[in-house]
Amino acid sequence: MVQELGYLKETPSQTAGPYVHIGLTPNYSEIGGVYESDLGSAMVNDKTLGERITVTGRVLDGGGAPVKDAVLEIWQADSAGLYNSPSELRGTADPNFTGWGRCPTNSTDGVFRFETIKPGRVPFKDGRKMAPHITFWIVARGINIGLHTRMYFPEETAANAEDPLLARIEHRDRVATLIAAKEGSVYTFDVHLQGDKETVFLDI
Amino acid sequence: MSDRSNSKPETGAFFARDRAWHPPAFAPGYKTSVLRSPQRALLSLDGTISEITGPVFGHSILNELDNDLIHNFAKPGESAIGERIIVHGRVLDERGRPVPGALLEFWQANAGGRYRHKKETYLAAIDPNFGGCGRAITDDGGHYAFRTVRPGAYPWPNGVNDWRPAHIHFSVFGHGFAQRLITQMYFEGDPMIWKCPIVGTIPDREAIEQLIAPLDWGNTIPMDARAYKFDIVLRGRRSTLFENRLEGN
Repeated sequence: MVQELGYLKETPSQTAGPYVHIGLTPNYSEIGGVYESDLGSAMVNDKTLGERITVTGRVLDGGGAPVKDAVLEIWQADSAGLYNSPSELRGTADPNFTGWGRCPTNSTDGVFRFETIKPGRVPFKDGRKMAPHITFWIVARGINIGLHTRMYFPEETAANAEDPLLARIEHRDRVATLIAAKEGSVYTFDVHLQGDKETVFLDI
Repeated sequence: MSDRSNSKPETGAFFARDRAWHPPAFAPGYKTSVLRSPQRALLSLDGTISEITGPVFGHSILNELDNDLIHNFAKPGESAIGERIIVHGRVLDERGRPVPGALLEFWQANAGGRYRHKKETYLAAIDPNFGGCGRAITDDGGHYAFRTVRPGAYPWPNGVNDWRPAHIHFSVFGHGFAQRLITQMYFEGDPMIWKCPIVGTIPDREAIEQLIAPLDWGNTIPMDARAYKFDIVLRGRRSTLFENRLEGN
């Protein structure tokens, strides 16, 4: 017999369920006094470098209804294109920018909202630059394993045109599902879980 | 940020996820998944720096009672009602290496199966001394521990008579955003596990068993609390020996 590889299996995912807010955003779900604030509720402070933007939108199900019990997390580079992570070896990210945020979709209208900055460009594995983007991770009741996707910026036409991930999308009409709508400093990014306008989700 | 100066951060891409081991998005026995599951194939891509990196949280975010659900919401001198338990274990990656500095967040119903949430209407009573959330960060060996009360089973509107087995929800951060995981822990010997449509979204019985925590008699504290052991495995990273070390990776 050959040697065994000895790998363990990854712990299987389960849905976050309808009461995910108790664990991830307890203050939002009116469980006060346990944590001072909800983790990920503030990504920037007064000293954060870069262009301030708002990222907002909704998550819609296959029937077109807003999902009002989801939690979204975003992860992005700082304005210079560096991640605030120990695995970032190219330099030191802006210490006044967390790079990570968490927000529930509102229980009445289903809207999420992040106050952040526009990220700089970061390299793909072969050194080509990716277009500026924000990585999303979405969990909710009815979602058995968290969904990864990315939001890109509509004004970055040239960068988007050479982005290696966007280039991999075979059906070109689906590229638009990853590009936010811009109005002033507000970017609206609706995530469609299913159907004609289904967002491109990633196995990454 | 982690303050372990003797270990170089790993930057290899993650092992591909075995999506036949995880539950599929569309699992009609769990009704809500029907309209909340993508129908198109996922776009597969080897990890880029955007997923290989991820937020890491320092112990400074933790308060003293964050890993004590019996007391972190209770009035001074009081405690939550229920079977006192300790839940502990390790966070490892698929290569069997401990994951230090992993943030775990847990949430659960009280001993009667009632969640403290405004959308929850189950007639079982709220426990005034139980909030239901907690968190911990793994030590250098990947260990974590918290204490709580054993949650009760509760009914939910899926089938006419569906009940969730006793469970604790876990959210886990490794070192890369691609490792992000939410799952549920079940209790050894609970017959409800095998009736549950959410458990049943997982196709493989062995994978389900990975979510069942055994009673850990060795770590049970006499006259105080029983212990359950729950190890969590996150995606492993490829060794970087022969990775192309181009700019940014």
